[in-house]
Amino acid sequence: MSVLKVITPGISTIQDHGRFGLQRYGVAPAGAMDRTALRRANELAGCKPGTPTVETGPLPATFEVSGAPIRIAVTGAPRQVSISGRQAALDQTHLLRDGERLAIGSARGGMFSYISFEGGLLAEAQLTSSSLDERAGFGSPFKRPLQTGDFLEVTPATIWPSERSAAIPSSGLSQRNVIRVILGPQDDYFFPETIDQFLNTRWRVGLNTNRMCFTLDGPLLAHAKGYNIVSDGTVRGSIQIAGDGQPFVLLADRGTVGGYPKIATLATVDMDRFVQIPAGGEVRFEAVSVERAQALLRTQASRGTPAMRDAGTVTVLNEAALSSANLAGAATNALEPAAFEY
Amino acid sequence: MYVEPKFLACGDSALSVEFGDTIDIEVNARVLTLDRSVSRQPIAGITETVPTYRSLLIHYDPLQTTFAELQRDLLPRLKTEDLSGIATNRAWSVPVVYGGEFGIDLEMIAIEKQITTAELIERHSTRDYRVCMIGFMPGFAYLGGLDERLATPRRKQPRPAAPRGTISIGGEQTALQSVPGPSGWHWIGRTPLDVYAPDRNPMCLLEPGDIIRFYPIERREWAAETRRCEAMIRETLQ
Repeated sequence: MSVLKVITPGISTIQDHGRFGLQRYGVAPAGAMDRTALRRANELAGCKPGTPTVETGPLPATFEVSGAPIRIAVTGAPRQVSISGRQAALDQTHLLRDGERLAIGSARGGMFSYISFEGGLLAEAQLTSSSLDERAGFGSPFKRPLQTGDFLEVTPATIWPSERSAAIPSSGLSQRNVIRVILGPQDDYFFPETIDQFLNTRWRVGLNTNRMCFTLDGPLLAHAKGYNIVSDGTVRGSIQIAGDGQPFVLLADRGTVGGYPKIATLATVDMDRFVQIPAGGEVRFEAVSVERAQALLRTQASRGTPAMRDAGTVTVLNEAALSSANLAGAATNALEPAAFEY
Repeated sequence: MYVEPKFLACGDSALSVEFGDTIDIEVNARVLTLDRSVSRQPIAGITETVPTYRSLLIHYDPLQTTFAELQRDLLPRLKTEDLSGIATNRAWSVPVVYGGEFGIDLEMIAIEKQITTAELIERHSTRDYRVCMIGFMPGFAYLGGLDERLATPRRKQPRPAAPRGTISIGGEQTALQSVPGPSGWHWIGRTPLDVYAPDRNPMCLLEPGDIIRFYPIERREWAAETRRCEAMIRETLQ
């Protein structure tokens, strides 16, 4: 195994698809905040969907490779990425050789990035997932966020005819920050005017965002029936209105039950866009019916994922280093779109 | 308790079947009965269920079913199940050291209720509680059945770290703290019973629907009771 050493961690944790089936015991699923970017990162690297990756937040982070070359891809938030000082494109695979440094710059206009590894990194599945959940006591290889000096063991790269990149359809910037929601389950705890206010406000994502929730800055919303409900279940995307009227959106590391009224829930189709809205970024909500939200998901599923293509760059390989690398696994044909079940 | 349960969309990938809007053992029994029905006879598309005090949160795959279809599939489960029955799992005897350093709020509550601490302990420990829901923190068990004379509104400011095993009162609820964490409730005692351990199988000892009865022990019995609880857990897991 090769080693990826953490030089500066930023805020990085191991995340995969998440740990399901345990919300009845108070254990939230955790998992990648941007599941589209996670999927793309793993697809690029030739890994099964949901393979553990390094999720890194908006701060800069640096890593150094030791041992046989490894192959990585970085997806998610727009930011500068360099390998040994040379600029490296997002959404593309790259080979990193012994001693090379991977520098992830500050995110610009996004929040979360995913570093995937061909062959994956060494991490134990705990109740089906390696995702970090500090309070529940799960996480592999560490039960805490990454720290300077940590070593991650990574499978060495195999020989590829060329690197692979993903063609991302560009989303219209004008629609970027309109996020669809389904009203409820406690929309009856709000006056109709307050719901209108919620839908017509240009909110700003608050500064103290984290994997548990994003706060929204704007007007404080009025409660029609008080701010307490008998605690009930929460989902990813639940928008609670706290006692003082501030909205906050529950996300991957949320508490599984809560006692504040929930005015609306993010539509799944827009969730991954939402979590990439940076602190201070603007967001508006548009109400859709549950039927419409589900129809949008079916349309998205039928379209499939962006095709992988030959990146057109052939990395000059150190043959000697590669010949000593572990070449387990079939070489991948970079020209075929990756087929997988999801 | 509602005459008819409500089906509420919680986004596009979950719905809540809501039986009432109070903390009520009978309402909770309906939640647990539906949960049991879905667990024993799965419905296509349902990925996970979360019982809470008064509603069952049902997570589903919107590519396999829809809100309307799932509602239709759930309706028969509400009609044919004997919803008046109380779903019962197992009964646990849980040792508690009440008061002192393990229950720093016990005396304050006794004074406020104008009773002795001995009377408070008696009122708390001579009832059967039901695990109504486990949530907010891993393994944190919300128990129904608190003597209403012991109900005490939550603190205005939560304290950052209730120790593992804390038994607390918050509003009309009593709870068992599984992992250290913030708490706005009043701490009246502590148990050595380890209800949550991520490395253990099962990781969570309690299930929604379990019955709990507390019994008071002395502070000096803590070590012995800890060993007894560990032995009991080992036996139960065999």
